[in-house]
Amino acid sequence: MIGFDFEYYRPATSNEAVKLYESLQAQGKRPVYYAGGTEIVTFARLNQIETGAVIDINSIRECRVYQFNTSELVIGATVTLTHLAETSAFPLLSVTGGRVADHTARNQITIGGNICGEINYKEALLPFLLAESNVIIAGNNGYQDKPIMEAFNKRLQLEPGECLVQILTDRKYLNLPYFSVKKRKIDVIDYPLLTLTALKIDNTIRVAFSGLCGYPFRSREIETILNNHELSREERIEQTVLHLPAPVLDDWIGSAEYRLFVLKNTLEDMYLALEGESL
Amino acid sequence: MTDQSHTRFSVALNVNGVKRKTEVRSADILLDVLRNNFGLTGAKPGCLNGDCGSCTVLVNGWPIKSCMMLAVAASNTNIVTVEGLKGSATQRAFIEKNAFQCGYCTPGFIMNIEGLSAIHPDADDSIIEEWLQSNICRCTSYEEIKAAVYKVLGKKPEAGR
Ligand SMILES: Cc1cc2nc3c(=O)[nH]c(=O)nc-3n(C[C@H](O)[C@H](O)[C@H](O)COP(=O)(O)OP(=O)(O)OC[C@H]3O[C@@H](n4cnc5c(N)ncnc54)[C@H](O)[C@@H]3O)c2cc1C
Ligand code: FES
Ligand code: FES
Repeated sequence: MIGFDFEYYRPATSNEAVKLYESLQAQGKRPVYYAGGTEIVTFARLNQIETGAVIDINSIRECRVYQFNTSELVIGATVTLTHLAETSAFPLLSVTGGRVADHTARNQITIGGNICGEINYKEALLPFLLAESNVIIAGNNGYQDKPIMEAFNKRLQLEPGECLVQILTDRKYLNLPYFSVKKRKIDVIDYPLLTLTALKIDNTIRVAFSGLCGYPFRSREIETILNNHELSREERIEQTVLHLPAPVLDDWIGSAEYRLFVLKNTLEDMYLALEGESL
Repeated sequence: MTDQSHTRFSVALNVNGVKRKTEVRSADILLDVLRNNFGLTGAKPGCLNGDCGSCTVLVNGWPIKSCMMLAVAASNTNIVTVEGLKGSATQRAFIEKNAFQCGYCTPGFIMNIEGLSAIHPDADDSIIEEWLQSNICRCTSYEEIKAAVYKVLGKKPEAGR
């Protein structure tokens, strides 16, 4: 049982949602957007969030789309991870998003919730970082269209009241060779010890990580190292470890040392999958 | 859905094909409303944290953990609980295959399997496994539950499994 009361609203448009947020915020109600609700309900039960109002965004039409426009795949923020896993338009996303939580939870967890939530693994974000997708954000001044590589820095940089509406991905990235591995502590369902996703574009590999540091990331510096064919694979992997953007997580899922061991092995597997045997 | 104060609502939930009216707090989870307001105690509180699956019901045909959903958010959906599956093939398969011991997890498994058989009637072993990993049985009746799933789907176990 959730031990405190909050108001519930279900606007039909993103404009209405943003306006509602503004007015509820002005009344000191600290509103939150409600998508799949799994994190909000769980955190509210544990008193880990306090909110006076939730704004359910599931009736907003543009948040529900999953369709192609001329050059892009358009995914609405309230599309569930199960929907993404069951449609094969972007296989790397289907596979990576299809390993978040468990199947029944994925029937509820939305792509927007996975990206905007407090739980910092955000595994379904990684394919969008690799494909350099754009995000459509609704705010007080209407819609903004931003490259995800700029909009995501440790977390999606949203101003108070802004709502993620859609993610647009260029068709040319959807069916490229990819690698996606999730390593867990022991079980088949758990948060990641390490999730590593990679996309091969021409002869260049892009790589994004979750579970390794305190936030998911893609680093151009690391990609320059991983694609430097003047170094042996072993040297590239060793250099990668030295250039991680933040301390390696050291927690109940695994020690930092173990994570680095798994990282090195997984990078070798990635090379094998995308480049074959080392020459 | 009638809005009184935004923190309490008079909702009409469509449960097992019947529209049932009740008053809920916005903060009430679907599981509590099914059990406390409607007396439908089939869906069970387990972990209340999204981990065990004992609270699973169908919402618009999909298995959902009712401990992680607000009841107000379920208005305008079709909800099915284990009480709505009396005499179903899934219920009969559980009895025939003795797929329970204490029975606490059983409604959750039955709802998940009911959803699976409707959405993926031709599910292979990897789909079955992926779906059923959402439910935990403390009594470890997994082999019998698997036999019940095969029975519902009209399948023979795949070689090597
Ligand atoms: C049982 C369980 C297991 C999990 N396992 C994993 C895992 O293995 N890997 C992983 O990466 N994650 C995992 N998670 C985290 C999960 O992906 C996030 O908690 C996610 O937020 C849930 O999505 P939701 O749609 O239910 O979000 P909600 O609960 O609706 O919202 C979560 C937060 O995001 C905000 N938000 C949601 N949508 C938007 C939007 N469109 N615009 C702006 N803000 C928004 C909300 O305001 C809220 O603060 C797990 C969560 C659970 C409950
Ligand atoms: S009680 Fe809902 S998943 Fe455990
Ligand atoms: S039969 Fe006892 S928990 Fe499954």
